[in-house]
Amino acid sequence: MFEARIHVTLKKSVLDPQGDTVRSALASLGFQGVNDCRIGKFMVVRLNEREMVKARAQVDEMCRKLLANPVIEDYVFQITEVSE
Amino acid sequence: MRWGVLIFPGTWSHQDFAHVFQDVLKVDWGYIWHKDTSVAGYDCLFLPGGFAHGDYLRCGAIARFSPIMDAVIRFAKGGGPIMGSCNGFQILCEAGLLPGALLRNTSLQYRCCWVHIRTENCDTPFTRTVPPGRVLRIPISHGEGRYFAPPETLARLREHDQIVFRYSTPDGHITDEANPNGSLENIAGICNEGRNVLGLMPHPERASEGLLGSEDGRLLFDSVLTAALRR
Repeated sequence: MFEARIHVTLKKSVLDPQGDTVRSALASLGFQGVNDCRIGKFMVVRLNEREMVKARAQVDEMCRKLLANPVIEDYVFQITEVSE
Repeated sequence: MRWGVLIFPGTWSHQDFAHVFQDVLKVDWGYIWHKDTSVAGYDCLFLPGGFAHGDYLRCGAIARFSPIMDAVIRFAKGGGPIMGSCNGFQILCEAGLLPGALLRNTSLQYRCCWVHIRTENCDTPFTRTVPPGRVLRIPISHGEGRYFAPPETLARLREHDQIVFRYSTPDGHITDEANPNGSLENIAGICNEGRNVLGLMPHPERASEGLLGSEDGRLLFDSVLTAALRR
């Protein structure tokens, strides 16, 4: 079994008002060195699959078709083998 | 002529459309459930506002895969007129029937208020009888209505005259103050290249009776009826 840990974030060219608001909150807490803050989504998907290559291809397809919107979002994921 | 109003789990504006069609315009209409697989017998489709499938993941992302959507996409490809308002607009974008996406309002606030939109393009089934430049007073009600498209998509929209409505002042000026959600270029509504699919964030169905403060939304529905009579 494989576990995919997927991060979906807004593209750099897309304004992220949530991230900006959190950055100003951090600044008001005294964290003055925070240049940028972006908010995204984190998903964990477990697959009943025996081969890493197939698991990777499936997760990539999931991201392209549903989990991320290519117009506004980027995605990255890591896959590890896990016990049942 | 029969009009179809789509309902997904979480849709909330369908009864407003139904009321306008039944009691104000007195047109033939029917509901279409998201698990249906055909839109046969319908001449115009409406995707209402709400939170289809809870807006989980992204607004419209799950609804886009509801069984009915294959039929909706075929209807659109065949030139059938479709209007998506609010969540309906978001679904049409996710389905790829309209370019771009709707993002969280820059204010991070849910905005429920009256806005003014200037009619930029009268060459759609929904705006054919609206005078060019006419400013409409119609309410919005959304948290994620900031229209975004990459620069090349935006250029195509302008080139093909696909920007149908822009947020404006009551006298038709396009200003930052008149933009309720941070949409690029004050865009409130767009159409596809074929001009038969319209998406807009404002709710014309909530501004179709004098009693509710404005009848401007009715112009969009009247336009479809007028086009049908001319055929």
